[in-house]
Amino acid sequence: MRLTLEFGGGLELLCNSVKIHEVNVDPEAEGNKLTMKNLLSWVRTNLIKERPEMFMKGDTVRPGVLVLVNDCDWELSGQLETVLEEKDVVVFISTLHGG
Amino acid sequence: MAMDSNGAVETAADVRREISSLEKAKAQIEDRISALQARLNSYGLEDGSEKTNCSAPPPAEDLFSGKLSADMIYRYSRHLLLPSFGVDAQANLLKSSVLVIGAGGLGSPALLYLAACGVGSVGIVDNDVVELNNLHRQIIHSEAYIGRSKVESAAAACRGINSTVQIVEHKEAFRTSNALEIMRKYDIVVDATDNVPSRYMISDCCVVLGKPLISGAALGLEGQLTVYNYNGGPCYRCLFPTPPPTTACQRCADSGVLGVVPGIIGCLQALEAIKVAGAVGEPLSGRMLLFDALSARIRVVKIRGRSSQCEACGENATLTEQQFCNFDYEKFTQTPLSTSPLKLQLLPPEARITSKEYNEINKKGEPHILIDVRPAHHYKIISLPNSLNIPLGSLEGGLPEISAALEVNKAGDNSRDSSLYVICRRGNDSQRAVDCLHKMGFTSAKDIIGGLESWAHDVDPKFPTY
Repeated sequence: MRLTLEFGGGLELLCNSVKIHEVNVDPEAEGNKLTMKNLLSWVRTNLIKERPEMFMKGDTVRPGVLVLVNDCDWELSGQLETVLEEKDVVVFISTLHGG
Repeated sequence: MAMDSNGAVETAADVRREISSLEKAKAQIEDRISALQARLNSYGLEDGSEKTNCSAPPPAEDLFSGKLSADMIYRYSRHLLLPSFGVDAQANLLKSSVLVIGAGGLGSPALLYLAACGVGSVGIVDNDVVELNNLHRQIIHSEAYIGRSKVESAAAACRGINSTVQIVEHKEAFRTSNALEIMRKYDIVVDATDNVPSRYMISDCCVVLGKPLISGAALGLEGQLTVYNYNGGPCYRCLFPTPPPTTACQRCADSGVLGVVPGIIGCLQALEAIKVAGAVGEPLSGRMLLFDALSARIRVVKIRGRSSQCEACGENATLTEQQFCNFDYEKFTQTPLSTSPLKLQLLPPEARITSKEYNEINKKGEPHILIDVRPAHHYKIISLPNSLNIPLGSLEGGLPEISAALEVNKAGDNSRDSSLYVICRRGNDSQRAVDCLHKMGFTSAKDIIGGLESWAHDVDPKFPTY
């Protein structure tokens, strides 16, 4: 499944400072569905190069990270259970505090 | 050193003293001029010449539009000409009051626009003073105000633009002890602060007092903006119920920020405040604007609504004024409210030396290796001569380089072992590096307390700081 993944607010530093990643992720066996939960563990294994604790806590993202699926907060689509589709755009953004 | 015309010896310190005293006098005169200018403007004239129709007392309020005086109609004419803004929204602005917390990178443009556009009353909260390294982004302040209160500086600039707006100066840090009292008097709050505990505290205070919150943030080359606690929308805690780990909270003083980026977000904060105050358009509630300066991308995303589970504004939340006052935001976020940098105490005293001691070692020509563990782009700004740059992040990979350098020194002077010193910007990363070096067998490694900042402070005042 082809997806566009974007990292921002400093999270890109965890993946070689690259913000936009065009990726191809194979859905897990069960029902050929790819959920956000599957995607997070794929990202952790394949894209995060350092300090994984800055990206994840337990099986979800760490506090202070917003996850957007097609420009919409994943809270509105079922968080970890969100089912992804071909060409979806998933954004991981760390909230900023500076001023 | 030079002779002046009287033959007396003049030193650089004398000249600096005189410049500083003249600058103080200049700032005072400028203050006085802007106050007089404001008084002059209240006569309704910009060129200072007398015109009876303008210097006459303002006409009865209902004479023209039913609301605005002749001066106001002229001053705000371009707003009044907008069909979707017009007299009604301008009248709403004139009646409204906005509190801007933070007169820094975000607050600077926000305050300038809020004063210019005719918000009735603008409050400014900050307890900081203007510094030279603020001026690239905090455009409300000028060189004449370096060393003086940001609130005074910002207030003078606002009054200079619009003397008809009431500017209220709050020269204090925003704390739970004064937050309610300060915020209560205002209709709308702009969060232009730079740290996590302040953001939770301001949001909670807005929930307790029922004020809409225009929240902006900027760091590096990115910015974020949203409106909280507006019209049933979410508050900061709905989005971020748990504070982020402290390691995820970067500061402009450490990570840098391109000056215009907070400028853009601050302008957008003024815009959202004007929309809420004027009761026009669709404020950015339930949505968040994400700005990426390098790729010139602005994206507006839909965020969650008010959370029924929220501890501040949810269905079962019982956040009272008393509970707000007693809440420890520094403990909750594990971050101090003041922005002073961390002072780590990781190493025992025997593993540390002062910058003065290092200077002596250097002067005596004792063989040693000096490792600078700052990131490469910091090292490029300024470094001590003969230091070796091995950033903390790649220390392990740099071990062979360190061993080799020690060997070379040893070959040159067989009698003694070379010492190993580690320096960074402020003396935190150098301790982490020494700790790491000790574990890898370099047991003689010592860090220089206070880093390059203490070198500049205690040894070489001409050494640049940043």
